[in-house]
Amino acid sequence: MNKVFSKPKSMKNASTHYCPGCGHGVVHRIICEVIDELDIREKVIGIAPVGCAVIAYDYWDFDVTEAAHGRVPAVATGIKRVKPENIVFGYQGDGDLAAIGTAEIIHAANRGENITIIFVNNAVYGMTGGQMAPTTVLKQKTSTTPFGRDKKRDGFPLKVSELLATLPGVSYVERVAIHDPQHILKAKKAIKRVFQNQINGLGFSLVEVLSQCPTYLGHSAKEAVRWVAEEMIKEYPLGVFRQ
Amino acid sequence: MTKKVLMCGNEVLAEAGIMAGCRFYAGYPITPQNEIPAYMSRRMPEVGGVFIQAESEISAVNMVFGASLTGVRAMTSSSSPGISLKQEGISYLAGCQLPAVIVNMMRGGPGLGNIAPSQSDYFQATRGGGHGDYRQVVLAPASLQEIVDLTVLSFDLADKYRMPVMILGDGILGQMMEPVELNPKSIPQRCSGQEIQNPKIEKDWVLDGCKGREPRVIKSLLLGEGELERFNLRLQEKYALIKDKEVRYEVLYGDDSDIMLVSYGTTSRICRSVVERLRRQGKNAGMFRPISLWPFPERALKELAERVNKFFVVEMSCGQMVDDVKLSIECRKPVYFYGRTGGGIPTEEEIIGELQKRIDAGGCFTSIKYQAPSI
Ligand SMILES: Cc1ncc(C[n+]2csc(CCOP(=O)(O)OP(=O)(O)O)c2C)c(N)n1
Ligand code: SF4
Repeated sequence: MNKVFSKPKSMKNASTHYCPGCGHGVVHRIICEVIDELDIREKVIGIAPVGCAVIAYDYWDFDVTEAAHGRVPAVATGIKRVKPENIVFGYQGDGDLAAIGTAEIIHAANRGENITIIFVNNAVYGMTGGQMAPTTVLKQKTSTTPFGRDKKRDGFPLKVSELLATLPGVSYVERVAIHDPQHILKAKKAIKRVFQNQINGLGFSLVEVLSQCPTYLGHSAKEAVRWVAEEMIKEYPLGVFRQ
Repeated sequence: MTKKVLMCGNEVLAEAGIMAGCRFYAGYPITPQNEIPAYMSRRMPEVGGVFIQAESEISAVNMVFGASLTGVRAMTSSSSPGISLKQEGISYLAGCQLPAVIVNMMRGGPGLGNIAPSQSDYFQATRGGGHGDYRQVVLAPASLQEIVDLTVLSFDLADKYRMPVMILGDGILGQMMEPVELNPKSIPQRCSGQEIQNPKIEKDWVLDGCKGREPRVIKSLLLGEGELERFNLRLQEKYALIKDKEVRYEVLYGDDSDIMLVSYGTTSRICRSVVERLRRQGKNAGMFRPISLWPFPERALKELAERVNKFFVVEMSCGQMVDDVKLSIECRKPVYFYGRTGGGIPTEEEIIGELQKRIDAGGCFTSIKYQAPSI
C-alpha cells in the first residue's frame, strides 16, 4: 500500500496542547516538512519564543532553545555568528516580535544577519489571555480593548513586513496566511524559500504568517478562519515585500 | 619571565579574556568601560572570534546567551545602568545553566547617576539582580594583575559550574594603568579553591545540530508538577559546592590585629595604605579583603571575629557589603562603617579620622539625617 501522508521526521510523536483550530500547529508542521525536504534536520537550531509556542520543542525533533520574551533575534545572532554552518531559525509571535522585541528584530534585520524568522501574527496575545497586540486591528475587541481598539488611545496596527522591507539588510520578506489549503501551500513555499536563503547565505529573511487564535478572537475555529480570510487580510495584505 | 606591559584595566581585562579563550564578545557602549568593546573590536578578528556592537545591553547579553549555548566562551561588559538591563538575560543564563562572563565596571547611581567610580552595585551583583532563585559567582579584582588572574578564572568557573560569573570592578580599576604580566599567576594564596588551570571542559550539552545524537533542548521553562522546585534545589546543591570550594580572600595582619578593616576592589587599595600607616604608628590594624563577593568568605570572617575586636568596613557606597560582614560574624563584634557615595572616593586621612571618631564614640552610626516631607 502506498503511504500518502505521514508525520515529518523532524516532528515528534506528541499530542498537541494548542487549542482546537489554532494556527501554531499548522506552522509547526510546515517548518518540519521544509526541514525534512531540505535535509537540514541535523544542522538546524530552532529558537522558541515566549508565547503560546514556547513549548515548540515538545513537537520539534531537532536542537531547540528558548529565548527570553522578544529576544529571539539576539539569541539567533549569537548562535549564527559562531556557528555559521548551522541553520538557525527563530519562531516569534506578534507580542514577542512586534512589541517587547521590536529593537531586537529591527537590528538583527538591519545587520542583515543570515538567519530565518517565522513570525506568527495572530492579532492577539494568546498566552496571557487575549490582550491587545501591536497587530490587533482597529475596532477589534480584546481583553484590554473591551470596546475595540481605538487608534487615539491604542495606536495603529503595526505592519511588520512593510516596516522591515525598508531595511537594506533584509534579503526577503513575505506575508502569507494559512486559512485554507491553497494558502497553506503558498505559506510552505515561502517558508521553504527563507530557509533556502539562509543556506545560500543571502542574509536576513522573514515570513509573516497570518494565523488564527480562535480562543481569543472569541470565535469557533471555522469562524476564526473566516475572520483571518476576510478581516485580517484587509489590514495585512499578502505578498512579497522585499526580495 | 613574561614581559610586563602598560595598559589600562579595561584593556587588560579584554586581553585576559582572549587569553582565557573568549571568542565571542557583544556589548553596548557606556562609560567607564568603553575600552573593552573598542579593544575587542580590534582583537576578536585577529583570533578568529566574533565581536558585535549590539543595539542594547539586553540584546548583548542575549547574543552571549546564544553564543554560549553553542559551547564558545562568551563575554559581555557594561557599567551600572547597562548591568541593570542585563539582569533579565543573567537570570535566563542561570536558569538555562549557561556559562558566561559579565563585567561590571561600576559607576555612580541610582538612575543615570554619574560616570565616577562607585561600588554601589554590590547588592545587585551578590543578591541576584534578576528574578528567581539563582546565584552568580562575583569576583572583585583590586589590581590590574589580579584582573588578569580573575578574568581567566571567571571563564573557568563559568564553564565548570555552567553559570554566569560577574567580574565586579569600578571606573578607577578600568581606567588606571599599571604594569602587568599578561600571564595568569596563581590566584592569591588564601583560597579554598584550586589553583588556576584553564581546564578543557567537555561540554556535552551544547546545541550544534543533532547529527549523530538525540536532539537537545536548552530552556528554563519547567511547568511539570514539582519540576521547577526540583531543578532549583539542584541549583542550590551546585551553589553549596561553590560556597565550599570557591571562596577567595586576602588577609593582612590577621594574627595580631585589634581592628580589621574590610574592603574590596579599589577601596581595598586605599585601606591597605591606611593599615600600613597605622602599623607604623604602632596600632594593631589589619585588613580583610574579600576577592569572591559571592561566595562571600563567611567562615574566614567568622574565625577572625574570635581574635579581632572591631571591624571597620569601607566602601564606595552607603553601606552594602557591610551587611554581609555583620551576617558573617553574626554581630558578635562591633562593625563600623564608612563610605563615600555618588563618586566620592574615601581618602586615607578620612578613613583614619572616621576610624578614630567611631571608635571613640563607641557606636555605629550614620551621619546623614533625612527629613521626610510632611504629606
Ligand atoms: C518579560 C516578560 N513580559 C511579559 C511576559 C508575559 N507574556 C508571555 S507571552 C506574552 C505575549 C504572547 O503573545 P504573542 O507573542 O503574540 O504570542 P501568542 O501567545 O499569541 O502566540 C506575554 C506578554 C513574559 N513572559 N515576559
Ligand atoms: S490561545 Fe490562541 S494562540 Fe494560544 S494556543 Fe490557543 S488558539 Fe493558539
